[in-house]
Amino acid sequence: MAGEALVIAGKAYDSRLLVGTGKYRDFDETRRAIDASGARIVTVAIRRTNIGQKAGEPNLLDVLPPDLFTILPNTAGCYTADDAVRTLRLARELLDGHALVKLEVLGDPKTLFPHMPETLVAAKQLVAEGFQVMAYCSDDPIMALQLEELGCVAVMPLASLIGSGMGILNPWNLQIIIDRAKVPVLVDAGIGTASDAAIAMELGCDGVLMNTAIAQARDPVRMARAMKLAVEAGRESFLAGRMPRKPYEASPSSPESGLIRKSA
Amino acid sequence: MPQPIRITVNGAPREFATAPTVAQFLDEMNLAGRRLAVERNGEIVPRSLFPEQRLAEGDTIEVVVAVGGG
Repeated sequence: MAGEALVIAGKAYDSRLLVGTGKYRDFDETRRAIDASGARIVTVAIRRTNIGQKAGEPNLLDVLPPDLFTILPNTAGCYTADDAVRTLRLARELLDGHALVKLEVLGDPKTLFPHMPETLVAAKQLVAEGFQVMAYCSDDPIMALQLEELGCVAVMPLASLIGSGMGILNPWNLQIIIDRAKVPVLVDAGIGTASDAAIAMELGCDGVLMNTAIAQARDPVRMARAMKLAVEAGRESFLAGRMPRKPYEASPSSPESGLIRKSA
Repeated sequence: MPQPIRITVNGAPREFATAPTVAQFLDEMNLAGRRLAVERNGEIVPRSLFPEQRLAEGDTIEVVVAVGGG
């Protein structure tokens, strides 16, 4: 995808696939899958450390060198704006002042549906504190545009519930968001397989963020490659512009003349 | 005469014979040198202040790291 980078907050990335680091067997598999995905932006969660762990225990950040990857700390598990802001302040300190973050404020533990009122409150606060906020949101165009208005650098509507692998449930809402938003639109959550990612990109999304679809595949490294290809194929397809649909009207691809026939 | 202090670390109570600095506290918790961030009573403690900032009775400390997540 030469010369066709994803630009977020003024920085260009040569992959439109963003990946998470959860649910892998170990850090080795994490790194191999990320390498196969070609992703440049990689999400991490922020959690209390185990007290009394052995010295020399591996650290996720050791397998994700910052010269190769942009680390995107998330607020997964936060149910209030206050907790999300607190978490990202810690993340910024942990990552040496790094400003790009993924905001997600959840509203319900069963569905992990985003809590949009709290998300808006957190986004406003974070933008005021100088964070570059990529916001996980519902596929409601009004909400997505509010986040943009508050200064978020990207909006990330769900395709379906986090970790559900149900694919894109409402392409029409996504299309409205894509058509209206000026900041990049990334589909985040719900991708199950490569065709889902391709469909998202064909709709005109700027990128796709996924974790479980890769980590929980039978062969995560192979699925990571499949996702890379799907995102590239979907983007190319979007840029190429699909042929018009012609319902109930076939059109042969082969010449209609010059056919051999039984002599009359 | 140094007084022992009780603090809460990642939700669990801890006691120290004398009030440690943040750096001494991390050392004692076997966390020195790790990629982590520290919050004290809701405020970030910048890494540069680890050697000088001293914990006090009743402090609530959070020590966080990056872990796998989406």
